[in-house]
Amino acid sequence: MNRFLRNTKGVIKRELGGYFGSPLAYVFIVIFLVLCGFFTFVVSGFYELGQADLRAFFQWLPWTYLFLIPAVSMRLWAEERRTGTLELLLTLPTTLTELVLGKFLAAWLFIIIALLLTFPLVLTVSYLGDPDLGVIFSGYLGSALLAGAYLSIGSMTSSLTRNQVISFILSVVICLVVVLVGWPPVINSISTWAPIWLVEVVAGFSFVPHSASMERGIVDLRDLLYFASMIFFMLFANGVILQNRRTS
Amino acid sequence: MIEARNLTKHFGSRVAVDNVSFTVERGEVLGFLGPNAAGKSTTIRMLTGFLPPTAGTAVIGGNDILKSSLAARSEIGYLPENAPAYPDMTVTGFLEFVAEIRGFSGGEKRRRVGKVIERCFLPEVRFQVISTLSKGFKQRVCFAQSILHDPKFLIMDEPTDGLDPNQKHEVRSMIREMGRDKTIILSTHILEEVEAICTRVVIIANGKIVADNTPEKLKLQAPDHGVVHFSIPGDLSSGLLADLDQVAGVERVDPLAADGVLRVSVYPRDPKNPPVAGIISYLQGKGAQVHSFQVAEGRLDEFFRGVTTSTDAEVQI
Repeated sequence: MNRFLRNTKGVIKRELGGYFGSPLAYVFIVIFLVLCGFFTFVVSGFYELGQADLRAFFQWLPWTYLFLIPAVSMRLWAEERRTGTLELLLTLPTTLTELVLGKFLAAWLFIIIALLLTFPLVLTVSYLGDPDLGVIFSGYLGSALLAGAYLSIGSMTSSLTRNQVISFILSVVICLVVVLVGWPPVINSISTWAPIWLVEVVAGFSFVPHSASMERGIVDLRDLLYFASMIFFMLFANGVILQNRRTS
Repeated sequence: MIEARNLTKHFGSRVAVDNVSFTVERGEVLGFLGPNAAGKSTTIRMLTGFLPPTAGTAVIGGNDILKSSLAARSEIGYLPENAPAYPDMTVTGFLEFVAEIRGFSGGEKRRRVGKVIERCFLPEVRFQVISTLSKGFKQRVCFAQSILHDPKFLIMDEPTDGLDPNQKHEVRSMIREMGRDKTIILSTHILEEVEAICTRVVIIANGKIVADNTPEKLKLQAPDHGVVHFSIPGDLSSGLLADLDQVAGVERVDPLAADGVLRVSVYPRDPKNPPVAGIISYLQGKGAQVHSFQVAEGRLDEFFRGVTTSTDAEVQI
Protein backbone atom coordinates (compact mmCIF):
# COMPACT_ATOMS: atom_id res chain seq x y z
CA MET A 1 0.00 0.00 0.00
CA ASN A 2 2.84 2.26 0.93
CA ARG A 3 4.54 1.59 -2.37
CA PHE A 4 1.26 2.10 -4.20
CA LEU A 5 0.75 5.58 -2.77
CA ARG A 6 4.38 6.54 -3.22
CA ASN A 7 4.51 5.49 -6.87
CA THR A 8 1.14 6.99 -7.73
CA LYS A 9 2.22 10.23 -6.10
CA GLY A 10 5.52 10.13 -7.99
CA VAL A 11 3.70 9.72 -11.32
CA ILE A 12 1.21 12.50 -10.50
CA LYS A 13 4.04 14.84 -9.58
CA ARG A 14 5.93 14.11 -12.76
CA GLU A 15 2.87 14.54 -14.94
CA LEU A 16 1.78 17.81 -13.34
CA GLY A 17 5.35 19.08 -13.66
CA GLY A 18 5.12 18.15 -17.34
CA TYR A 19 1.89 20.14 -17.80
CA PHE A 20 3.07 23.29 -16.12
CA GLY A 21 6.61 23.00 -17.46
CA SER A 22 5.31 23.29 -21.02
CA PRO A 23 3.12 25.90 -22.74
CA LEU A 24 0.35 23.28 -22.95
CA ALA A 25 -1.05 24.10 -19.52
CA TYR A 26 -1.24 27.85 -20.10
CA VAL A 27 -2.66 27.58 -23.62
CA PHE A 28 -5.27 25.14 -22.38
CA ILE A 29 -6.31 27.23 -19.39
CA VAL A 30 -6.58 30.46 -21.39
CA ILE A 31 -8.62 28.87 -24.17
CA PHE A 32 -10.82 27.05 -21.69
CA LEU A 33 -11.57 30.24 -19.75
CA VAL A 34 -12.19 32.27 -22.91
CA LEU A 35 -14.57 29.64 -24.26
CA CYS A 36 -16.40 29.39 -20.95
CA GLY A 37 -16.80 33.16 -20.85
CA PHE A 38 -17.96 33.25 -24.45
CA PHE A 39 -20.61 30.58 -23.95
CA THR A 40 -21.82 31.98 -20.64
CA PHE A 41 -22.07 35.65 -21.53
CA VAL A 42 -22.54 35.74 -25.30
CA VAL A 43 -24.30 32.53 -26.28
CA SER A 44 -26.41 31.99 -23.16
CA GLY A 45 -26.85 35.67 -22.45
CA PHE A 46 -26.02 35.45 -18.75
CA TYR A 47 -27.01 39.05 -17.99
CA GLU A 48 -30.25 38.91 -19.98
CA LEU A 49 -31.38 35.76 -18.15
CA GLY A 50 -31.61 37.71 -14.94
CA GLN A 51 -31.12 34.59 -12.81
CA ALA A 52 -28.72 34.31 -9.90
CA ASP A 53 -27.29 30.90 -10.82
CA LEU A 54 -24.63 29.40 -13.08
CA ARG A 55 -26.80 27.21 -15.32
CA ALA A 56 -25.73 29.37 -18.25
CA PHE A 57 -22.15 28.32 -17.53
CA PHE A 58 -22.58 24.66 -16.63
CA GLN A 59 -24.86 23.70 -19.51
CA TRP A 60 -22.14 24.43 -22.09
CA LEU A 61 -19.38 22.52 -20.35
CA PRO A 62 -20.08 19.15 -22.09
CA TRP A 63 -19.39 20.93 -25.41
CA THR A 64 -16.34 22.84 -24.24
CA TYR A 65 -14.91 19.65 -22.80
CA LEU A 66 -15.63 17.76 -25.99
CA PHE A 67 -12.63 19.23 -27.81
CA LEU A 68 -10.45 20.49 -25.00
CA ILE A 69 -10.23 17.38 -22.85
CA PRO A 70 -9.22 14.98 -25.65
CA ALA A 71 -6.50 17.53 -26.43
CA VAL A 72 -5.13 17.01 -22.94
CA SER A 73 -5.60 13.26 -22.81
CA MET A 74 -4.35 12.43 -26.31
CA ARG A 75 -0.73 12.57 -25.24
CA LEU A 76 -1.08 10.56 -22.02
CA TRP A 77 0.08 7.22 -23.45
CA ALA A 78 0.60 7.92 -27.14
CA GLU A 79 3.50 10.22 -26.30
CA GLU A 80 5.12 7.61 -24.04
CA ARG A 81 4.93 5.09 -26.84
CA ARG A 82 6.34 7.48 -29.40
CA THR A 83 9.34 8.58 -27.35
CA GLY A 84 10.03 5.08 -26.02
CA THR A 85 9.68 6.14 -22.39
CA LEU A 86 6.91 3.55 -22.06
CA GLU A 87 9.67 0.93 -22.05
CA LEU A 88 11.41 2.76 -19.24
CA LEU A 89 8.20 3.19 -17.27
CA LEU A 90 7.03 -0.40 -17.58
CA THR A 91 10.41 -1.84 -16.57
CA LEU A 92 10.59 0.26 -13.40
CA PRO A 93 9.32 -1.54 -10.29
CA THR A 94 5.80 -0.15 -10.53
CA THR A 95 2.47 -1.67 -11.48
CA LEU A 96 0.17 -0.72 -14.34
CA THR A 97 -2.52 0.30 -11.84
CA GLU A 98 -0.18 2.85 -10.29
CA LEU A 99 0.77 4.22 -13.67
CA VAL A 100 -2.74 4.40 -15.14
CA LEU A 101 -4.17 5.91 -11.99
CA GLY A 102 -1.29 8.35 -11.52
CA LYS A 103 -1.53 9.67 -15.04
CA PHE A 104 -5.31 9.92 -14.91
CA LEU A 105 -5.36 11.69 -11.55
CA ALA A 106 -2.72 14.18 -12.67
CA ALA A 107 -4.69 15.09 -15.79
CA TRP A 108 -7.88 15.30 -13.76
CA LEU A 109 -6.26 17.52 -11.17
CA PHE A 110 -5.04 19.76 -13.94
CA ILE A 111 -8.53 20.16 -15.39
CA ILE A 112 -10.01 20.74 -11.95
CA ILE A 113 -7.50 23.54 -11.50
CA ALA A 114 -8.67 25.06 -14.80
CA LEU A 115 -12.28 24.61 -13.70
CA LEU A 116 -11.63 26.33 -10.37
CA LEU A 117 -10.17 29.28 -12.22
CA THR A 118 -13.70 30.09 -13.38
CA PHE A 119 -14.31 31.35 -9.81
CA PRO A 120 -14.87 34.96 -11.01
CA LEU A 121 -18.22 33.71 -12.33
CA VAL A 122 -19.19 32.74 -8.80
CA LEU A 123 -18.08 36.15 -7.54
CA THR A 124 -20.04 37.88 -10.28
CA VAL A 125 -23.23 36.01 -9.61
CA SER A 126 -22.88 36.54 -5.86
CA TYR A 127 -22.34 40.24 -6.39
CA LEU A 128 -25.32 40.59 -8.69
CA GLY A 129 -27.77 38.48 -6.76
CA ASP A 130 -28.20 35.99 -4.01
CA PRO A 131 -27.40 32.56 -5.51
CA ASP A 132 -27.78 29.22 -3.76
CA LEU A 133 -24.12 28.33 -3.13
CA GLY A 134 -25.03 24.70 -2.51
CA VAL A 135 -26.36 24.44 -6.06
CA ILE A 136 -23.22 26.06 -7.41
CA PHE A 137 -21.07 23.64 -5.43
CA SER A 138 -22.94 20.61 -6.72
CA GLY A 139 -22.70 22.07 -10.22
CA TYR A 140 -18.94 22.23 -9.90
CA LEU A 141 -18.86 18.71 -8.49
CA GLY A 142 -20.86 17.47 -11.47
CA SER A 143 -18.57 19.32 -13.87
CA ALA A 144 -15.47 17.84 -12.27
CA LEU A 145 -16.94 14.33 -12.51
CA LEU A 146 -17.92 14.99 -16.10
CA ALA A 147 -14.32 16.02 -16.84
CA GLY A 148 -13.13 12.80 -15.20
CA ALA A 149 -15.39 10.73 -17.43
CA TYR A 150 -14.16 12.49 -20.59
CA LEU A 151 -10.57 12.05 -19.45
CA SER A 152 -10.94 8.36 -18.76
CA ILE A 153 -12.21 7.86 -22.31
CA GLY A 154 -9.33 9.92 -23.67
CA SER A 155 -6.79 8.03 -21.61
CA MET A 156 -8.12 4.74 -22.95
CA THR A 157 -7.99 5.85 -26.60
CA SER A 158 -4.50 7.26 -26.03
CA SER A 159 -3.25 3.84 -25.00
CA LEU A 160 -4.46 2.38 -28.30
CA THR A 161 -1.99 4.19 -30.53
CA ARG A 162 1.31 5.99 -30.74
CA ASN A 163 -0.30 8.65 -32.89
CA GLN A 164 -1.74 11.54 -30.91
CA VAL A 165 -4.03 12.70 -33.74
CA ILE A 166 -5.70 9.31 -33.98
CA SER A 167 -6.06 9.25 -30.22
CA PHE A 168 -7.65 12.72 -30.28
CA ILE A 169 -10.15 11.91 -33.01
CA LEU A 170 -11.16 8.59 -31.45
CA SER A 171 -11.81 10.14 -28.10
CA VAL A 172 -13.74 13.11 -29.57
CA VAL A 173 -15.95 10.69 -31.49
CA ILE A 174 -16.60 8.43 -28.51
CA CYS A 175 -17.31 11.40 -26.23
CA LEU A 176 -19.57 12.96 -28.86
CA VAL A 177 -21.64 9.79 -29.12
CA VAL A 178 -21.91 9.54 -25.34
CA VAL A 179 -22.99 13.19 -25.12
CA LEU A 180 -25.42 13.04 -28.03
CA VAL A 181 -27.40 10.01 -26.86
CA GLY A 182 -28.56 12.11 -23.91
CA TRP A 183 -29.14 15.37 -25.75
CA PRO A 184 -32.87 16.25 -25.84
CA PRO A 185 -33.18 16.66 -29.66
CA VAL A 186 -31.54 13.27 -30.19
CA ILE A 187 -33.66 11.62 -27.49
CA ASN A 188 -36.77 13.05 -29.11
CA SER A 189 -35.89 11.71 -32.53
CA ILE A 190 -35.10 8.25 -31.10
CA SER A 191 -38.33 8.17 -29.11
CA THR A 192 -40.44 8.55 -32.28
CA TRP A 193 -39.65 4.96 -33.25
CA ALA A 194 -38.05 3.23 -30.26
CA PRO A 195 -39.92 1.92 -27.20
CA ILE A 196 -39.66 4.17 -24.21
CA TRP A 197 -37.56 1.75 -22.11
CA LEU A 198 -34.92 1.58 -24.84
CA VAL A 199 -34.78 5.35 -25.02
CA GLU A 200 -34.25 5.50 -21.28
CA VAL A 201 -31.52 2.86 -21.32
CA VAL A 202 -29.67 4.63 -24.12
CA ALA A 203 -30.07 8.06 -22.57
CA GLY A 204 -28.93 6.63 -19.25
CA PHE A 205 -25.53 5.96 -20.76
CA SER A 206 -25.07 9.61 -21.61
CA PHE A 207 -23.13 12.07 -19.48
CA VAL A 208 -25.71 14.78 -19.89
CA PRO A 209 -28.65 13.71 -17.68
CA HIS A 210 -26.26 12.80 -14.87
CA SER A 211 -24.36 16.06 -14.84
CA ALA A 212 -27.53 18.09 -15.54
CA SER A 213 -29.18 16.92 -12.34
CA MET A 214 -26.10 17.98 -10.41
CA GLU A 215 -26.26 21.41 -12.04
CA ARG A 216 -29.73 21.72 -10.59
CA GLY A 217 -28.29 20.97 -7.16
CA ILE A 218 -29.32 17.33 -6.84
CA VAL A 219 -26.46 15.07 -5.78
CA ASP A 220 -27.89 11.63 -6.37
CA LEU A 221 -25.94 8.53 -5.42
CA ARG A 222 -26.89 6.98 -8.75
CA ASP A 223 -25.23 9.82 -10.66
CA LEU A 224 -22.08 9.51 -8.56
CA LEU A 225 -22.14 5.79 -9.20
CA TYR A 226 -22.54 6.39 -12.92
CA PHE A 227 -19.43 8.57 -13.13
CA ALA A 228 -17.42 6.30 -10.84
CA SER A 229 -18.26 3.22 -12.88
CA MET A 230 -17.64 5.02 -16.20
CA ILE A 231 -14.18 6.12 -15.03
CA PHE A 232 -13.37 2.75 -13.52
CA PHE A 233 -14.41 0.86 -16.63
CA MET A 234 -12.45 3.09 -19.00
CA LEU A 235 -9.30 3.00 -16.86
CA PHE A 236 -9.59 -0.74 -16.51
CA ALA A 237 -9.82 -1.05 -20.30
CA ASN A 238 -6.84 1.29 -20.49
CA GLY A 239 -4.82 -1.08 -18.29
CA VAL A 240 -5.87 -4.15 -20.27
CA ILE A 241 -4.92 -2.46 -23.55
CA LEU A 242 -1.49 -1.54 -22.23
CA GLN A 243 -0.94 -5.03 -20.88
CA ASN A 244 -1.74 -6.54 -24.25
CA ARG A 245 -0.17 -3.93 -26.50
CA ARG A 246 3.15 -4.53 -24.81
CA THR A 247 3.35 -7.61 -26.96
CA SER A 248 3.87 -5.71 -30.20
CA MET B 1 22.47 -14.58 -11.65
CA ILE B 2 20.45 -13.84 -14.75
CA GLU B 3 18.92 -16.85 -16.38
CA ALA B 4 17.16 -16.96 -19.74
CA ARG B 5 15.10 -20.13 -19.93
CA ASN B 6 13.99 -21.14 -23.41
CA LEU B 7 12.91 -17.60 -24.26
CA THR B 8 10.78 -17.58 -27.38
CA LYS B 9 8.96 -14.69 -29.01
CA HIS B 10 6.67 -14.77 -32.00
CA PHE B 11 5.43 -11.63 -33.72
CA GLY B 12 2.51 -12.97 -35.70
CA SER B 13 3.99 -15.75 -37.79
CA ARG B 14 7.54 -14.39 -37.55
CA VAL B 15 9.77 -16.02 -34.95
CA ALA B 16 11.90 -13.22 -33.53
CA VAL B 17 13.58 -15.19 -30.74
CA ASP B 18 13.72 -18.94 -30.85
CA ASN B 19 14.37 -20.93 -27.68
CA VAL B 20 17.19 -18.84 -26.28
CA SER B 21 18.75 -20.03 -23.01
CA PHE B 22 21.83 -18.81 -21.18
CA THR B 23 22.92 -17.89 -17.69
CA VAL B 24 25.11 -15.04 -16.55
CA GLU B 25 26.84 -15.26 -13.18
CA ARG B 26 27.85 -12.48 -10.82
CA GLY B 27 31.12 -10.95 -11.93
CA GLU B 28 30.50 -11.70 -15.58
CA VAL B 29 30.03 -9.12 -18.31
CA LEU B 30 28.12 -10.79 -21.09
CA GLY B 31 28.34 -9.29 -24.55
CA PHE B 32 25.18 -9.96 -26.46
CA LEU B 33 25.96 -9.79 -30.15
CA GLY B 34 24.13 -10.23 -33.38
CA PRO B 35 23.42 -8.55 -36.70
CA ASN B 36 20.58 -6.03 -36.84
CA ALA B 37 17.14 -7.62 -36.40
CA ALA B 38 18.69 -10.80 -35.00
CA GLY B 39 16.51 -10.59 -31.90
CA LYS B 40 18.91 -8.88 -29.47
CA SER B 41 16.56 -6.14 -28.34
CA THR B 42 13.58 -8.49 -28.22
CA THR B 43 15.51 -10.87 -25.95
CA ILE B 44 16.57 -8.00 -23.73
CA ARG B 45 13.01 -6.70 -23.55
CA MET B 46 11.86 -10.11 -22.39
CA LEU B 47 14.62 -10.28 -19.78
CA THR B 48 13.57 -6.94 -18.33
CA GLY B 49 9.86 -7.74 -18.31
CA PHE B 50 8.82 -5.24 -20.98
CA LEU B 51 7.70 -7.89 -23.46
CA PRO B 52 5.98 -11.04 -22.25
CA PRO B 53 7.60 -14.08 -23.92
CA THR B 54 5.54 -16.38 -26.12
CA ALA B 55 7.21 -19.26 -24.27
CA GLY B 56 9.92 -19.63 -21.64
CA THR B 57 10.84 -17.15 -18.95
CA ALA B 58 13.70 -15.26 -17.37
CA VAL B 59 14.83 -15.54 -13.77
CA ILE B 60 16.63 -12.57 -12.27
CA GLY B 61 18.39 -13.35 -8.99
CA GLY B 62 15.87 -16.07 -8.18
CA ASN B 63 12.83 -13.96 -9.09
CA ASP B 64 10.84 -15.03 -12.12
CA ILE B 65 10.21 -11.99 -14.33
CA LEU B 66 6.66 -13.18 -15.05
CA LYS B 67 5.60 -14.48 -11.64
CA SER B 68 7.34 -12.07 -9.27
CA SER B 69 7.86 -9.27 -11.71
CA LEU B 70 8.10 -6.39 -9.23
CA ALA B 71 10.79 -8.07 -7.13
CA ALA B 72 12.75 -8.93 -10.28
CA ARG B 73 12.41 -5.46 -11.79
CA SER B 74 13.50 -3.70 -8.60
CA GLU B 75 16.89 -5.45 -8.81
CA ILE B 76 17.48 -4.62 -12.46
CA GLY B 77 19.06 -1.51 -13.89
CA TYR B 78 17.97 -1.15 -17.48
CA LEU B 79 19.23 1.07 -20.26
CA PRO B 80 16.81 0.59 -23.19
CA GLU B 81 17.80 1.01 -26.83
CA ASN B 82 17.99 4.66 -27.95
CA ALA B 83 18.13 5.79 -24.31
CA PRO B 84 14.59 7.12 -23.84
CA ALA B 85 14.01 9.90 -21.28
CA TYR B 86 11.21 12.42 -20.76
CA PRO B 87 12.06 15.30 -23.11
CA ASP B 88 10.17 17.92 -21.08
CA MET B 89 11.99 17.24 -17.80
CA THR B 90 15.29 18.54 -16.51
CA VAL B 91 18.10 16.05 -15.93
CA THR B 92 17.77 16.35 -12.15
CA GLY B 93 13.98 16.19 -12.30
CA PHE B 94 14.06 13.05 -14.40
CA LEU B 95 16.58 11.30 -12.17
CA GLU B 96 14.63 12.28 -9.06
CA PHE B 97 11.46 10.86 -10.58
CA VAL B 98 13.19 7.53 -11.23
CA ALA B 99 14.69 7.62 -7.73
CA GLU B 100 11.24 8.11 -6.21
CA ILE B 101 9.79 5.18 -8.10
CA ARG B 102 12.82 3.17 -6.98
CA GLY B 103 11.80 3.95 -3.42
CA PHE B 104 14.27 6.65 -2.39
CA SER B 105 13.13 9.88 -0.76
CA GLY B 106 14.46 12.94 0.99
CA GLY B 107 18.20 13.13 1.61
CA GLU B 108 18.88 9.64 0.30
CA LYS B 109 17.21 10.53 -3.00
CA ARG B 110 19.22 13.73 -3.39
CA ARG B 111 22.45 11.98 -2.43
CA ARG B 112 21.95 9.21 -5.01
CA VAL B 113 20.93 11.60 -7.78
CA GLY B 114 23.91 13.82 -6.99
CA LYS B 115 26.23 10.84 -7.09
CA VAL B 116 25.12 9.51 -10.48
CA ILE B 117 25.22 13.01 -11.93
CA GLU B 118 28.89 13.15 -10.92
CA ARG B 119 29.66 9.62 -12.08
CA CYS B 120 28.08 10.07 -15.48
CA PHE B 121 29.70 13.46 -16.16
CA LEU B 122 26.44 15.39 -16.09
CA PRO B 123 27.06 18.29 -13.67
CA GLU B 124 27.15 20.90 -16.42
CA VAL B 125 23.68 19.99 -17.67
CA ARG B 126 22.00 19.05 -14.42
CA PHE B 127 19.31 21.76 -14.69
CA GLN B 128 18.95 21.59 -18.45
CA VAL B 129 15.80 20.27 -20.13
CA ILE B 130 16.45 16.86 -21.68
CA SER B 131 15.03 17.76 -25.12
CA THR B 132 17.81 20.34 -25.51
CA LEU B 133 20.62 17.85 -24.86
CA SER B 134 22.86 16.25 -27.47
CA LYS B 135 22.71 12.52 -28.18
CA GLY B 136 25.73 11.81 -26.00
CA PHE B 137 24.27 13.58 -22.99
CA LYS B 138 20.90 11.88 -23.42
CA GLN B 139 22.66 8.54 -23.52
CA ARG B 140 24.46 9.32 -20.28
CA VAL B 141 21.26 10.58 -18.60
CA CYS B 142 19.58 7.28 -19.34
CA PHE B 143 22.69 5.41 -18.25
CA ALA B 144 22.64 7.36 -14.98
CA GLN B 145 19.03 6.31 -14.50
CA SER B 146 20.00 2.66 -14.84
CA ILE B 147 22.73 2.68 -12.15
CA LEU B 148 20.99 5.04 -9.73
CA HIS B 149 19.86 2.31 -7.34
CA ASP B 150 23.16 0.42 -7.52
CA PRO B 151 21.43 -2.62 -9.07
CA LYS B 152 22.77 -6.14 -8.79
CA PHE B 153 21.80 -6.78 -12.39
CA LEU B 154 22.55 -4.36 -15.16
CA ILE B 155 21.08 -4.82 -18.62
CA MET B 156 22.09 -2.39 -21.34
CA ASP B 157 21.04 -2.15 -24.96
CA GLU B 158 23.87 -0.48 -26.87
CA PRO B 159 25.27 1.54 -23.96
CA THR B 160 27.87 3.49 -25.92
CA ASP B 161 25.66 4.39 -28.86
CA GLY B 162 26.10 8.06 -29.78
CA LEU B 163 29.09 8.71 -27.52
CA ASP B 164 32.37 10.17 -28.73
CA PRO B 165 35.55 8.04 -28.36
CA ASN B 166 36.52 9.60 -25.03
CA GLN B 167 33.09 9.11 -23.55
CA LYS B 168 33.01 5.56 -24.88
CA HIS B 169 36.23 4.90 -23.08
CA GLU B 170 34.87 6.33 -19.82
CA VAL B 171 31.62 4.38 -20.01
CA ARG B 172 33.50 1.19 -20.81
CA SER B 173 35.85 1.52 -17.88
CA MET B 174 32.82 2.22 -15.69
CA ILE B 175 31.11 -0.94 -16.93
CA ARG B 176 34.27 -2.98 -16.47
CA GLU B 177 34.63 -1.70 -12.93
CA MET B 178 30.99 -2.43 -12.09
CA GLY B 179 31.33 -5.85 -13.67
CA ARG B 180 33.41 -7.06 -10.74
CA ASP B 181 30.50 -7.34 -8.36
CA LYS B 182 27.46 -7.14 -10.64
CA THR B 183 25.90 -9.29 -13.28
CA ILE B 184 25.96 -7.39 -16.55
CA ILE B 185 24.47 -8.01 -19.97
CA LEU B 186 25.13 -5.56 -22.75
CA SER B 187 24.09 -5.77 -26.33
CA THR B 188 26.23 -4.17 -28.95
CA HIS B 189 27.47 -4.57 -32.47
CA ILE B 190 30.79 -2.89 -31.80
CA LEU B 191 33.27 -5.76 -31.58
CA GLU B 192 36.12 -3.74 -30.11
CA GLU B 193 33.81 -3.01 -27.20
CA VAL B 194 33.29 -6.70 -26.63
CA GLU B 195 37.03 -7.31 -26.55
CA ALA B 196 37.50 -4.37 -24.23
CA ILE B 197 34.97 -5.26 -21.54
CA CYS B 198 33.20 -8.58 -21.99
CA THR B 199 34.20 -11.73 -20.20
CA ARG B 200 31.80 -13.78 -22.28
CA VAL B 201 30.06 -13.49 -25.62
CA VAL B 202 26.74 -14.80 -26.82
CA ILE B 203 26.08 -14.36 -30.51
CA ILE B 204 22.59 -14.70 -31.87
CA ALA B 205 21.46 -14.78 -35.47
CA ASN B 206 17.90 -15.17 -36.68
CA GLY B 207 16.71 -15.54 -33.12
CA LYS B 208 18.97 -18.49 -32.29
CA ILE B 209 22.17 -18.66 -30.26
CA VAL B 210 25.04 -19.53 -32.61
CA ALA B 211 27.95 -19.05 -30.21
CA ASP B 212 28.44 -18.81 -26.45
CA ASN B 213 32.02 -18.57 -25.15
CA THR B 214 34.77 -16.25 -23.97
CA PRO B 215 36.09 -13.78 -26.56
CA GLU B 216 39.49 -15.54 -26.42
CA LYS B 217 38.03 -18.95 -27.20
CA LEU B 218 35.91 -17.52 -30.02
CA LYS B 219 38.96 -15.93 -31.59
CA LEU B 220 40.59 -19.36 -31.71
CA GLN B 221 37.71 -20.48 -33.90
CA ALA B 222 37.96 -17.48 -36.21
CA PRO B 223 38.80 -18.33 -39.85
CA ASP B 224 41.97 -16.23 -39.65
CA HIS B 225 43.27 -17.82 -36.46
CA GLY B 226 46.80 -19.18 -36.92
CA VAL B 227 47.34 -17.47 -40.27
CA VAL B 228 50.94 -16.30 -40.64
CA HIS B 229 51.39 -12.83 -42.15
CA PHE B 230 54.78 -11.58 -43.25
CA SER B 231 56.15 -9.02 -45.63
CA ILE B 232 59.42 -9.10 -47.58
CA PRO B 233 60.88 -6.96 -50.35
CA GLY B 234 60.44 -8.38 -53.86
CA ASP B 235 57.69 -9.08 -56.35
CA LEU B 236 55.73 -12.07 -57.58
CA SER B 237 58.02 -12.81 -60.53
CA SER B 238 61.11 -13.14 -58.35
CA GLY B 239 60.29 -16.74 -57.42
CA LEU B 240 60.85 -16.07 -53.75
CA LEU B 241 57.61 -17.85 -52.85
CA ALA B 242 57.81 -20.63 -55.39
CA ASP B 243 58.18 -23.53 -52.96
CA LEU B 244 56.54 -22.00 -49.93
CA ASP B 245 53.45 -24.18 -50.25
CA GLN B 246 55.73 -27.26 -50.08
CA VAL B 247 56.64 -26.41 -46.47
CA ALA B 248 55.11 -28.93 -44.07
CA GLY B 249 51.79 -27.75 -42.57
CA VAL B 250 51.10 -25.05 -45.17
CA GLU B 251 47.65 -25.23 -46.70
CA ARG B 252 47.58 -22.21 -48.99
CA VAL B 253 49.72 -19.14 -49.74
CA ASP B 254 48.08 -15.85 -50.52
CA PRO B 255 50.58 -13.21 -51.70
CA LEU B 256 49.89 -9.56 -52.46
CA ALA B 257 52.47 -7.40 -54.21
CA ALA B 258 52.60 -3.62 -54.00
CA ASP B 259 55.43 -1.06 -54.34
CA GLY B 260 58.13 -3.71 -54.42
CA VAL B 261 56.89 -5.29 -51.18
CA LEU B 262 55.28 -8.71 -50.93
CA ARG B 263 52.64 -9.09 -48.25
CA VAL B 264 52.01 -12.76 -47.76
CA SER B 265 49.35 -14.63 -45.79
CA VAL B 266 50.06 -18.29 -45.19
CA TYR B 267 47.05 -20.40 -44.19
CA PRO B 268 48.04 -23.36 -42.04
CA ARG B 269 46.60 -26.85 -42.32
CA ASP B 270 46.13 -26.95 -38.55
CA PRO B 271 45.37 -23.48 -37.10
CA LYS B 272 46.46 -24.67 -33.65
CA ASN B 273 50.00 -25.40 -34.91
CA PRO B 274 50.93 -22.87 -37.59
CA PRO B 275 54.20 -23.90 -39.31
CA VAL B 276 56.10 -20.89 -37.97
CA ALA B 277 59.49 -22.60 -37.74
CA GLY B 278 59.13 -24.07 -41.25
CA ILE B 279 58.28 -20.69 -42.77
CA ILE B 280 61.14 -18.93 -40.98
CA SER B 281 63.74 -21.43 -42.10
CA TYR B 282 62.29 -21.29 -45.66
CA LEU B 283 62.70 -17.50 -45.69
CA GLN B 284 66.21 -17.74 -44.25
CA GLY B 285 67.04 -20.28 -46.93
CA LYS B 286 65.94 -17.77 -49.60
CA GLY B 287 67.93 -15.03 -47.89
CA ALA B 288 64.86 -12.81 -47.71
CA GLN B 289 64.96 -9.72 -45.57
CA VAL B 290 61.83 -9.98 -43.45
CA HIS B 291 60.12 -6.64 -42.70
CA SER B 292 57.37 -7.98 -40.49
CA PHE B 293 56.24 -11.36 -39.28
CA GLN B 294 53.08 -12.08 -37.33
CA VAL B 295 50.86 -15.00 -36.37
CA ALA B 296 47.20 -13.88 -36.28
CA GLU B 297 45.43 -14.75 -33.05
CA GLY B 298 42.11 -14.56 -34.85
CA ARG B 299 39.75 -11.64 -35.11
CA LEU B 300 36.37 -11.57 -33.44
CA ASP B 301 34.76 -9.82 -36.40
CA GLU B 302 35.91 -12.63 -38.70
CA PHE B 303 34.34 -15.16 -36.39
CA PHE B 304 31.19 -13.05 -36.12
CA ARG B 305 30.90 -12.83 -39.90
CA GLY B 306 31.42 -16.54 -40.22
CA VAL B 307 28.68 -17.59 -37.82
CA THR B 308 26.11 -14.94 -38.65
CA THR B 309 26.27 -15.15 -42.42
CA SER B 310 26.26 -18.94 -42.65
CA THR B 311 22.96 -19.13 -40.75
CA ASP B 312 21.51 -16.52 -43.11
CA ALA B 313 22.27 -18.80 -46.02
CA GLU B 314 20.72 -21.72 -44.19
CA VAL B 315 17.46 -19.85 -43.74
CA GLN B 316 17.32 -18.73 -47.35
CA ILE B 317 17.49 -22.34 -48.50
